[in-house]
Amino acid sequence: MVTDRCSAGQATAISSSGLGGGSEVQSEISIKSVWKLFGRSSAELIEQLRSGADPEELHASRGVRAAVQDVSLEVRAGEIFVVMGLSGSGKSTLLRMLNGLISPCEGEVTVKGCSLNSMTAHQLAELRRHQMAMVFQSFALFPHRNVLENAAFGLEVAGMAPKARTDRAMQALERVGLAAEARKRPRELSGGMQQRVGLARALALDPPILLMDEAFSALDPLIRKDMQDLLLDLQAEHRRTVVFISHDLDEAIRIGDRIALMQAGRLLQCNTAQRLLQHPANDEVKRFFRDVDVASVLTVEAIVQPPPHLSICDVGEPLPDEGGVTMYVTDRLQYFRGLIRPGLGWVDMAAIKTLSTGTSVKAAIDVVATSAEPVPVLDDDKRLLGVISTRQLLLAMEAGD
Amino acid sequence: MTLSLAAAHQAGWLGQAIDLSVEWLLANAQGLFDLIKVSVLALVSVTEMVLEWPPAWLFALITAVLGFWRVNGGFALFVLLGFNLVLAMALWSEMIATLSLVLTASGLALLIGLPLGILSARSRLVWRLVRPCLDLMQTMPAFVYLIPAVMLFSTGAVPSILATLIFAMPPVVRLTHLGIVQVPDDLIEAGCSFGCSDRQLLWKVQMPSAIPTVMTGVNQTIMLSLSMVVIASMIGGGGLGDVVLRGIQQLDVGMGFEGGIAVVILAVILDRLSQSFAGQPGSSLQERLRAWKSLWRSS
Repeated sequence: MVTDRCSAGQATAISSSGLGGGSEVQSEISIKSVWKLFGRSSAELIEQLRSGADPEELHASRGVRAAVQDVSLEVRAGEIFVVMGLSGSGKSTLLRMLNGLISPCEGEVTVKGCSLNSMTAHQLAELRRHQMAMVFQSFALFPHRNVLENAAFGLEVAGMAPKARTDRAMQALERVGLAAEARKRPRELSGGMQQRVGLARALALDPPILLMDEAFSALDPLIRKDMQDLLLDLQAEHRRTVVFISHDLDEAIRIGDRIALMQAGRLLQCNTAQRLLQHPANDEVKRFFRDVDVASVLTVEAIVQPPPHLSICDVGEPLPDEGGVTMYVTDRLQYFRGLIRPGLGWVDMAAIKTLSTGTSVKAAIDVVATSAEPVPVLDDDKRLLGVISTRQLLLAMEAGD
Repeated sequence: MTLSLAAAHQAGWLGQAIDLSVEWLLANAQGLFDLIKVSVLALVSVTEMVLEWPPAWLFALITAVLGFWRVNGGFALFVLLGFNLVLAMALWSEMIATLSLVLTASGLALLIGLPLGILSARSRLVWRLVRPCLDLMQTMPAFVYLIPAVMLFSTGAVPSILATLIFAMPPVVRLTHLGIVQVPDDLIEAGCSFGCSDRQLLWKVQMPSAIPTVMTGVNQTIMLSLSMVVIASMIGGGGLGDVVLRGIQQLDVGMGFEGGIAVVILAVILDRLSQSFAGQPGSSLQERLRAWKSLWRSS
């Protein structure tokens, strides 16, 4: 159905399926040292900026605004990749370079192995019709079309027959819960519903890549959360590569698998929220996370400690003596068995409160605070990763402030 | 040209140059003008024939139904009463003649003006060339067009239509250009991001969004056509303008007013009807029918 239209030289670089290479993570979109200057741009100005010229000064003296400066990123297939920054940080410009609405002054954007630089207008249009769809902050719905016709727009442009595209658009509307409003005009809908139409318009194309430009920023907080949930549900059903622009760090943390922090056109750092929080590259990154609720970002595995007393003992072997301390017991493969409490003896793991990986520190507070001893943290296979004590918990939360 | 000697003001060098070029056109391009003359004459004759075909009551009824559909019941009533008055003043055939001149002239104006407006919106160069022409066409006193029109096409319906065409075209060009240029950037961006080609962007995004503005231009063109067609009676355009002109020449206030009132009735009907198409298309009829149905059920 969808064919990759690359120039011949690059066609060989594409693997046929996203799941082809085993567990190898494949990059869907790659951005290589991309520059974008607005105004009278030139290679010489980029050279000046590269050697440390002040962008503010350049703006004042030459009227050139440096929107994106030397940004390199890899977006992996199937992840929600959030580009986070304040307004004017160049994140929207960056997003528009991914589908060629804006072309970079220097550097290269590659989508599924095809470089956008070498594409003809027709190839670029084909890429936009079949590979990526965009959702806008201002919704950008067509006022002269009803909801269904809006949802079918992308398919219409791609040349699909009326009956087929209406069916597909209707399915997309059903998925976002708007089937009943199909015949209404966009202006008759609330903001949240309008953005559902925007989302349906993108989903109708069933694109492997979704570009979302502050898609939920114009919505009320409650509606915004609903839409975030909807996006996460959609991801759970069918993994797409989502590049999500946001200026809201809470949103970025909530939905993002990885976050790229941008400031004044430059990339500060790119990693998972937890890594950014625990290992900020510089003070600017730290400042972004200043007001973040650390306990809800950090997960328990990030703060586990080895148990103070551990005994390895397979099933059937005699249990060790209790030495007046709490003894954690695993078998030789590290599967957790239980623990020995001083004076009380053996307690099997079924009777002990444990924490599993992925639990936020916030959710762990209750369990840790009501437990007599440090709480064991187990991975998905019930192997013991370590324990968390009340002291550990408090230290971790303090470190973020 | 002996007549011009008697005039108090003689044409200067610019005027003489224009005189010369008109004479040159007359001498060298007579065939072209004849062709234009024949085609426009055929067009207006056919239009008039079609409009004259239904009897007055049927014509009024059709217009009233159209008015009821596009505007409202009150307007339909106005149409019936207004046409009745025209009929009572024995000005029906004059009104039909005027209407066919207006429709032919504004039809031609739209035929040229719409593409020109689209072209101006898509190319800065075209707009830069077209704009001063539009300024000239709009501000030049309307009577001035009558002179070369008569020289090139003699008197009658054809020069009237061509003078009207020039006078009435600017609004539709301007407002088509404005409508397309004014389409919000985010809609353009949305169109592009879904892979629209240039042509798809124009026909699926820009033109539909510009329709209300474009239709305002169409309305203005029709109204200007009507006002010019009345003036063009001075060169034998015929119709209601003739009645007004005779009223002036014979100092017959009653006749002048009768002609004037018929023009006003025609103007109001043309204005409301053409304006009704400037709204969001598609919403009007269905919503009205739905409203009527629910009213019917509830009573």
